[in-house]
Amino acid sequence: MSTSMGGKPRPVLIRGAAPYGEQAQDLLLAGGVIAAVGAQAATDPRAADAETVDGAGFVVLPGLVDLHTHLREPGREDAETVETGSRAAALGGYTAVFAMPNTDPTADTAGVVEQVYRMGREVGLVDVHPIGAVTVGRKGERLAELAAMAYSAARVRVFSDDGDCVSDPLLMRRALEYVKAFDGVIAQHAQEPRLTQGAQMHEGIVSARLGMAGWPAVAEEAIIARDCLLTDHVGSRLHVCHLSTAGSVEVVAAAKRRGTTVTAEVTPHHLLLTDERAVGYDPVFKVNPPLRTASDIGALRQALADGVIDIVATDHAPHASQDKETEWDNASPGMLGLQTALSVVIETMVRPGLLDWRGVARVMSEAPARIGGLQDQGRPLAVGEPATLVLIAPQAVWTVDPDALASLSRNTPYAGMQLPGRVVATYLRGRATVSAAALVGG
Amino acid sequence: MTLAMQPKERAVPGSGPATAGAARTTAPQTPVVPEVRMPRHLLSAADLDRATAEHVLSTAQRIEQAMAGREVRKLPTLRGRTVVNLFFEDSTRTRISFEVAAKRLSADVINFSAKGSSVSKGESLKDTAWTLQAMGADAVVCRHSSSGAPQQLSSWVDGHVINAGDGTHEHPTQALLDAYTLRRHLGSLDGRRVVVVGDVLHSRVARSNVLLLSTLGAEVTLVAPPTLLPVGVTGWPAVVSYDLDSALVGADAVMMLRVQRERMAGAFFPTEREYSRSYGLDSRRRDLIADHGIVLHPGPMNRGMEITPQVADGAGSVIVEQVANGVTVRMAVLYLLLSGEMDNTATTTDSAGGLA
Repeated sequence: MSTSMGGKPRPVLIRGAAPYGEQAQDLLLAGGVIAAVGAQAATDPRAADAETVDGAGFVVLPGLVDLHTHLREPGREDAETVETGSRAAALGGYTAVFAMPNTDPTADTAGVVEQVYRMGREVGLVDVHPIGAVTVGRKGERLAELAAMAYSAARVRVFSDDGDCVSDPLLMRRALEYVKAFDGVIAQHAQEPRLTQGAQMHEGIVSARLGMAGWPAVAEEAIIARDCLLTDHVGSRLHVCHLSTAGSVEVVAAAKRRGTTVTAEVTPHHLLLTDERAVGYDPVFKVNPPLRTASDIGALRQALADGVIDIVATDHAPHASQDKETEWDNASPGMLGLQTALSVVIETMVRPGLLDWRGVARVMSEAPARIGGLQDQGRPLAVGEPATLVLIAPQAVWTVDPDALASLSRNTPYAGMQLPGRVVATYLRGRATVSAAALVGG
Repeated sequence: MTLAMQPKERAVPGSGPATAGAARTTAPQTPVVPEVRMPRHLLSAADLDRATAEHVLSTAQRIEQAMAGREVRKLPTLRGRTVVNLFFEDSTRTRISFEVAAKRLSADVINFSAKGSSVSKGESLKDTAWTLQAMGADAVVCRHSSSGAPQQLSSWVDGHVINAGDGTHEHPTQALLDAYTLRRHLGSLDGRRVVVVGDVLHSRVARSNVLLLSTLGAEVTLVAPPTLLPVGVTGWPAVVSYDLDSALVGADAVMMLRVQRERMAGAFFPTEREYSRSYGLDSRRRDLIADHGIVLHPGPMNRGMEITPQVADGAGSVIVEQVANGVTVRMAVLYLLLSGEMDNTATTTDSAGGLA
């Protein structure tokens, strides 16, 4: 918001909130950093003209970082824009998002990634970091100018053909090798294309009943296994996008045990929803990779708790209604996620005792910032660190209303569901982007 | 025999004399009236529980009997009702079958085929649905290449939706006509062994038949090369075999599915000849089934591929009869779905026009 860009923000004194859900204390945000914590916060001279926020009962975490967002701009501004996506992100507690390159034109040149980066800065609600395409036009034929994107103003470090797999093993090897020059990482959409031709949903009991072409788990697992071996061979960094099966968990766990530099993400929807949702053929539940089974969900949750899966990433994928209100096999895959991710993680991980708030900070802020190469995000809640944080009401329960979401699109799979936890306030370098659960200046 | 097709009588399926079908011979002496729950739409064979499925079949039987003696083969039952045949996929056989069924019940029939219509100009399924809704279609018979399209349609229109085949999902009226044909020849399906052979993976006919025939008490055996069986077939109420010869021995019926030659491109089987050798029904194999056994095929057949001409045209083949039964069963489905709303409008004319 242009309004939030001007001038120095007024100091903020958050009273009695609980960093990481632990001991409640005061935090003073001033000069863009956490200026004081604890008893010193209220007595600090800068607290005199501070805006006071009652934080009683709230949890404070470092601002959330989403390594996998689709902002749709440029090209599909009818589905989402950098501005509307940024609003959804801020309301969801995010202070940084990585924008996937499957736009039109594809973000495969320095020019396009700089455009997206600049639009993000102009909106100013979250840091928008473009992800560069691995191959020209995401066609999987030849490498895009990765170094040009890395050394552009957007400083791209994450590269992905997301939506499509870099299935050619030689091209994948070259990409992994090439990005070592600038400490880049290849974020792979693991999907063997030949095994998933025409695939509509998880291949199993439900797809057999519904008569839909199956997307077998092995099509993901085989690519992850191959890519882990390639990563070992060339000594590079691999990140696995939206890991969705119990078998993939085993493949990644084995690779990590032998020292592969691989990280993996899971989406909120793969932690909560099963392929049974496809019964009824409502394409709002169509997503790629598809919703899997209850036993996959169990394995994914455990892997996230154990650290085999490093992060939660939304794969926020807005789609215009005409691309969703159609026959299942003609519908675009993907679902909204930015404003519901934290709640789903609370529901699936915190409430069952699989993650504490330190763990939430790790998987939704610290680790994604580290994987994406961000220096000023996912930082500890400590004096001198950036005042980039989120205030959460963990006990609040809300009902998801698609029309009330900030995204331009309405394709949330959680419509009507009651979810725990609300974002009360989001601060980006000391400036409130969300306050009293509403956008500042929005 | 008086069989007034009045809705009030429809609610008491055990009352008509013609309902004493084979399935009822084992019924206890005390008159048990199983609850018939005709669904609002017929989207899947799973929408029909046993009592309802048997009610549809016995209604078809009554229709057949009533039509048999008539000079004018037409009943006034659905006069003033509009049935839309909404065919997004070419299927002359099924469309004509529904058209004849609706016309014999005196309904107005509108054929809406995707080719050359607004659909081919990019109109969405939802907009098409709203158009039909605005025109006041009482029933929409929908054929679509996408699995689930009729179910989606049913949430957008007030009329009754009948799935006339959706993608690789289901074709419930085909299963009803197959069950009707089987019962005509075998009586009750309880414990009867029906072998379904061919491209189960892509077959809506197989899915609906497995559901309906098992609901009616039959034991279904699916025979196909492993590549043409869904991975999730383990969840189905059917036995699976890869060996046609052993499955056929003593079977009460064998149903051959159409195998599309283009499946070879997907590496589902190596050659037509190899498929035919392993899974085709020739005279030798046909002789393996029970003496009273029958041979079914939903059509259109690939003669020489999944079935030899000798078997298709030979003894025990009921393939042509299936077509005739298709009209009868579809009349029953249209009647049962649409007449439920006729309570208020039922007039003496309707009663007089009943099956007498």
